[in-house]
Order: sequence, then C-alpha cells, then structure tokens
Amino acid sequence: MIRIESLSKTFDSLVVLDDVSFCIDDGNLVVVLGPSGTGKSVLLKSMLGLLPVDNGEVLFDGKSIQKASDSETYNIRKQVGFVFQGTALFDSMNVGENIALPLREHTTLSSKAIRERVCSLLEVVGMEGKAKMYPQLLSGGMKRLVAVARALALDPKYLFYDEPTTGLDPIMTDKVVDLVQNLKKKYTNSGIVVTHDLSTAKAVGDQIYMLKKGKIAKLAKIEKELYD
Amino acid sequence: MNLFSAIGDFSSFFFRSVFIPWQLKHSRYRILRQVYEVGIGSLPIILIIAAFVGLVSIVQTSYQVAGTVPRYILGMTVGRMVMIELGPILTALMVSGRCASSMAAEIGTMRVTEQIDALEIMAINPYRFLSLPRIMGTFIALPVLTVIAEFDALLVSGTYAHFFLDIPFGVFNYGLTHFFYAKDFFGGLVKSIFFAVVIATSGCYFGFNVRGGAREVGRAATYAVVTASILILTLDFLIALVIFG
Ligand SMILES: Nc1ncnc2c1ncn2[C@@H]1O[C@H](COP(=O)(O)OP(=O)(O)O)[C@@H](O)[C@H]1O
Ligand SMILES: [Mg+2]
Repeated sequence: MIRIESLSKTFDSLVVLDDVSFCIDDGNLVVVLGPSGTGKSVLLKSMLGLLPVDNGEVLFDGKSIQKASDSETYNIRKQVGFVFQGTALFDSMNVGENIALPLREHTTLSSKAIRERVCSLLEVVGMEGKAKMYPQLLSGGMKRLVAVARALALDPKYLFYDEPTTGLDPIMTDKVVDLVQNLKKKYTNSGIVVTHDLSTAKAVGDQIYMLKKGKIAKLAKIEKELYD
Repeated sequence: MNLFSAIGDFSSFFFRSVFIPWQLKHSRYRILRQVYEVGIGSLPIILIIAAFVGLVSIVQTSYQVAGTVPRYILGMTVGRMVMIELGPILTALMVSGRCASSMAAEIGTMRVTEQIDALEIMAINPYRFLSLPRIMGTFIALPVLTVIAEFDALLVSGTYAHFFLDIPFGVFNYGLTHFFYAKDFFGGLVKSIFFAVVIATSGCYFGFNVRGGAREVGRAATYAVVTASILILTLDFLIALVIFG
C-alpha cells in the first residue's frame, strides 16, 4: 500500500502540489487525471524521491521514502516499475539490453536465464523478436511497449505509468490500454497511472483522482466538463 | 555561484562518484570500455601530436643553443622538456578536447531524456554507472597515453637530430640517458594522473548538471573542456611547485 500524505511541492513561486493526499491500496490501479502542466509527472517523481518535496511524505507499506537512507530508497524503488512519459530507454543499448539491465544489476540470474526472461517479457508486451533493435529505430508506441517490458523486469509490486497513451495513434492506444489492464489481471500489481486522457482513465482506473491547480480530489464519475 | 562553492560542488561530485561501493562485478566491463574509448580512441591523434611536439622541440632547442653547448645537451634538454611538461600537458589537453566534451554531451543527453532518472528508479546508482567508469577509465588510460606520447616524441626528435642536425643517435641518447632523472619521468606521470581525474570529472560533472535541452547539452560540452583545460594548467603549476619547485 502506498500512502501519500499532504505532499507539497513548489518551484520558486509556482505551486505544483498543494497538500496532496491519497492512497493506493494493494491490487488497485489509481488514475490521476489532469490537464498537461499540472504536475502529474512531478507527483510521480516526488513519490519515488527523485524530486525533493517541500512538505509531506510518501509511505510505501509504512516506510517513508522521504526519510529513508539511500540504500533504503533503492530497496523501495526495486519494488517499483516506472514507465516514463518519454520512455527513457537507454539509447546506447538495444531493446534486449535495456530490459536485461535491471536483471543484471539486481539479480544473480545466469545470462541464459536473463535472455529467456527478456524474451518472455517481450512476448508479454507483444514485441517478440525485437530484442536486437535499438530504441532509435522503434516507433513511439513500440518504445512505450518496450518501456513497459523493462518496468516489469524485476516483477515489481507497483507499476507507475506516466501518460502511457499520450501521443499514440488510436490502435496503439488500445493496445497499451489492453496491456495495462492485462498486466493488472495477470500480476495483480497495484499502481498509479497519470494521464490527461479521459478514455484511458476510464478504461484502466479503479479509482480516479483529479489533479488541478495543485489540489487533488476524488471523482465519482468522469465528465468532460471537469476540464473547464 | 562563487568560486568556492563551485569547487566544493565539483569535489563532492568526484567523491560521490568514486568513494562508493564499486561493485566490480558489474563495473569492471564498463571501466574497461572507457579505457578503450579514451585510450585506444585517442591514440592516433596523440601519436600525431606527439611526433610534431618532438620535431618542434628539437628544432627550437637547436636554434637556441646550437654551437654554444656540446651537442648531447640537446638530447638532455628535449628529453626533460618532453617528460616534465610537454608530454603530460599536451596529452591531457588533447584528451580533454576529445573526451571531456563527449562525456558531457553523452551524459547530458541522458539527463535531458530522463535516462538518468530511469537509472535512479531502477535503483542503479547513476554515479557508479556513469561517472565511476569514466573517471577510472581515464585514470588508467591517460598515464599510459602520456608514456606513449613521450616515447613517440623522443623517437621522432632523435631521428630528426640524427638525419638533419648532425647529432648522431648515440650522442642524443647519451644526453637523454645520462641526465635522466627518475623524478622528471615520474613527476610527469603523477601530473597525468591528476589531469585524468580532472578531465573525466569535469566531463561527467557538466553532463550530470545539464538542465534543459540540446542547447544546454552543447554548452555543457564546451564548459567541460574549458574547465578541464584551466584546471589542467592550474594543477600543472601547483604540482610543479611541489615536485620541482
Ligand atoms: N525541474 C523543474 N523546475 C521548474 N519547474 C518545473 C520543473 N519540473 C516541472 N516544472 C513545472 O511544474 C509544472 C508541472 O510539470 P509536470 O509535472 O511535468 O506536468 P504534467 O502534468 O504535464 O506532467 C509545469 O508548470 C512545469 O513547468
Ligand atoms: Mg508529464
């Protein structure tokens, strides 16, 4: 369970998060909806201690990441798979090496076992046989799928998605939404999806929150008017 | 930012990169890769530069002293000049132009495309992953390059002296070896070790600190080379005071 407790974050005079609290229960996928530029990415990065916050804390199963030492922080992060908005694939490595990296660094698997794991992860996201390709040669949607595969490498307890469907064509969008749903069913992990896309939010969210002008609010149902 | 906090920032970056668990099982390959990039990658240009350094040294020295001193003195002068100053300094400046800039650009690009954040989130220490191998790789490669450059320069200048200045190999070699002080040679190497640290640290430091986009990446590459060059010459002076002063 992840509890976010009165998180506040400002950049100079810009208030991005203002006393944000919510909770991600085990097995739940929480969606945070908000127009671009409201601070969704900042929220995700603050939750993992990548950005220092002004106030508040984030508790992973009761452990505060803001108060954790470096090695405790790394231990918490090992339980999290993160899909970046811009995918953040390592462009000096091919697809297979990208996915293998967390396995090489954090497990004692043999290289054969790692190769097999990479293949099966690529299969999960529907990118079989692309292990030797470099990220530069992939389309935006394919990169997104590889990024999901890499996030899954360590069998994370939590999955964080930053705008998983933004900038994708409708077919790819459906594919990614299906993937997010399937992964949740298959691995029953919990997590958070931030997006500005209403239909993605509707499709994948167990609970939906709206982030606007730094404040967060739980939504009973999603209406287009919310944006106005 | 004032000079002192900049120096503090720079040194704390260095300590954060090197005084951490190395996890050699994982880092070994990345360090070797940097030895290759810096060492083998710079070898051709270093060989060319060093050859001309040797030529210029012998021509200039002979112009200044020919006829006033015994001929073997040229061997001594050129040898000590190359080992104490020219070899370490010019090798370091060339490697800084080649490698500090490319390290800053590569790491800076990884910063702006969130690849460094991705490392953090995968619980991989980006300093151990990116800056440690570059610093250690340069630390290993630069002294070796320096020795090669010195050997190259002396070989070329001796050959020139033999064929064009009427100073046979034997005479040149007598001056070179008879007045060889281990202190000169090892003093030069000690310098090159410091230079290596400065080059790689500034490449990585400016790369890690990029905020923004393509323009900032370019600027970081420039700053890295400029800073490394200034620090190389500053350190050269300070070390000269300590070892030879
Ligand atoms: N490192 C930073 N420094 C200053 N301002 C930032 C920084 N990161 C984000 N911001 C600002 O915070 C706001 C929220 O950004 P972000 O979280 O990326 O929005 P989004 O909801 O589209 O993901 C934006 O106005 C952005 O300009
Ligand atoms: Mg964003």
